[in-house]
Amino acid sequence: MIALAAPAMAQDTTRQGVHIGLNYQPGTKPGVLVLPIAGAGGDSAHTIIQRDLDFADAMNVITGIDQGIGDAAVNFPLVEKLGAAAVVQASLTPASLHIIVYDVAKKRVLATRDFAIPATPGNADWRMVVHDASDWVQQAITGSRGIAATRIAFIRDGQIYITDTDGADTRPVTQKGGGPLSPQWHPTGRYLTYSFFAPRGTQIAVLDLTTGGARALSATPTGLNSTPAFSPDGNSIVYTHGDEDGTDLYLVPAFSSDPARRITVGHGTDNTQPTFSPDGRRLAFTSGRSGHPEVYIVNIDGTEPDLLTPFQFGDDIYRASPNWSPDGRLVAFESRVNGRFQIETIALRDRTVRQLTSDGINEDPKWAPDSRHLVFTSNRTGVRQLFILDSESGRTRQLTLGGPARLSAWSRSLGSP
Amino acid sequence: MSRRSRVASLLILAGAVVVACAKSPAPAPAPAPAAAPAVDSTRIRDSLANAKRMADSASAERERQAAAVAAARSSLVAKVFFDYDKADITDQGKAILDAKVPVLSTNPGIRIRVEGNCDRRGSDEYNLALGQRRAAAAKRYLTDHGIDAARIDIISYGAERPVAEGDGEDAYSQNRRDEFAIVAGGDNLKVAAQ
Repeated sequence: MIALAAPAMAQDTTRQGVHIGLNYQPGTKPGVLVLPIAGAGGDSAHTIIQRDLDFADAMNVITGIDQGIGDAAVNFPLVEKLGAAAVVQASLTPASLHIIVYDVAKKRVLATRDFAIPATPGNADWRMVVHDASDWVQQAITGSRGIAATRIAFIRDGQIYITDTDGADTRPVTQKGGGPLSPQWHPTGRYLTYSFFAPRGTQIAVLDLTTGGARALSATPTGLNSTPAFSPDGNSIVYTHGDEDGTDLYLVPAFSSDPARRITVGHGTDNTQPTFSPDGRRLAFTSGRSGHPEVYIVNIDGTEPDLLTPFQFGDDIYRASPNWSPDGRLVAFESRVNGRFQIETIALRDRTVRQLTSDGINEDPKWAPDSRHLVFTSNRTGVRQLFILDSESGRTRQLTLGGPARLSAWSRSLGSP
Repeated sequence: MSRRSRVASLLILAGAVVVACAKSPAPAPAPAPAAAPAVDSTRIRDSLANAKRMADSASAERERQAAAVAAARSSLVAKVFFDYDKADITDQGKAILDAKVPVLSTNPGIRIRVEGNCDRRGSDEYNLALGQRRAAAAKRYLTDHGIDAARIDIISYGAERPVAEGDGEDAYSQNRRDEFAIVAGGDNLKVAAQ
């Protein structure tokens, strides 16, 4: 990876015939040009890679150039004029997607790689390989891995759905019935844990996406069991359990029937929505112990509970749905602002709060693996749908269409490292 | 058919009505009519009138009984409402719960499920916990008034099962509620003695 030291040259967005991708901080994002891709499925792969790099918000994707750039040899003087700091050249054979990334300033190959790819262009596995290639290209150019080769789980119409980050391959992974809520990914992407309604309470399930089999956790078989979260190492689940005396957080092995261990002592209050710090040693969670919901932090052994969000007196205070960024620096949450919920972040270091949304009611933020993008639920178009927000630029796009969607969760990278 | 046998069959009919009405759980079963060995026309008229009176009275009693059972049942399932983001039982809620206590005491075979619900504002997940506290609050009130805790299940549906759609305090206030479902023993509801 690189040192595209000199970021892209100052870009002239008025150059005729050239559209520069969304550009919030000119001069700080390298321009990238993806050359047309030959071979079966090449057009589709070209479109996907361009869109993935655009959605990543880390580069300016230069589009609208179809000719004269050179297939065999990259025309460096020309692409430099177009504002490209990097050029992506790819070719498809029935078994492989071959990619070369060029460093325009140094006029040489920056990185090259072969991706094994299924023979059927367009199917879900084929598309995931292309997304993986996009993420690798981004890493080669910027040093940060992309988030295209991930999936997002959510609730729609009483079922858990999953979708790719570009909205493709949206499909249910549970049957109707049971009212599943709060899906959360295992770090491997193979399992989802979630809650569902049972006759005498709410239970936690672990669904194996590979086999389709689901298993209910048995550690606390009655009462309310909700908002499960896998630990970063994938071995444990922390969830909320309560019967008649409030709800507290409990830790249980994810893949055995060992008993649960209580973490929080809420004295009859609500303590729910745990989210792990990336090192697995702490949790952020929502608690009503002060009289209204606020976000707290506690060690995984229950020690040192601490209010994270700044406490304020007043009737309108309500902060919930924390989600710890994978880089450990921020906790995103929902906060009521003038009667409507908005997405905010708070920095662990200095507790600086930022409000990221203002349009409609916005809830349940969940970080992407890049600690930069968030998926959240918003009613800004009428019914609740999922949107993806770049926390750096504020750029927002709608992810889901169709029936109302909510309670999303973003997987870790499903691509090859 | 002779006169005597016609009267006898009328009496049997009247007796059958009484028996039929005695089957319902009336507090004091009407006494069986005395046999009428010496029958004259006046006594027959009286007897017929009496039988009709008893039948009417039994029917009225049946209606009273049915109404009392219906009232008890509706007390038992009457909803308790809550303030926003609160799980405290209000004075109005206490009155509604107070009316359930005698029904539960009189019918020890009844088991109920308290279902806590929330309005749609706020976090869906936090609302599950809030609904649990609302259901637990009603259960605690009932057990504090002598009802065996083992007869009361609780569950939270959070904001997942609204009874009123849409936004606004009208809908919200209807949705912030405990519902009470009879899960066993509700078929032969007895009414507390007045």
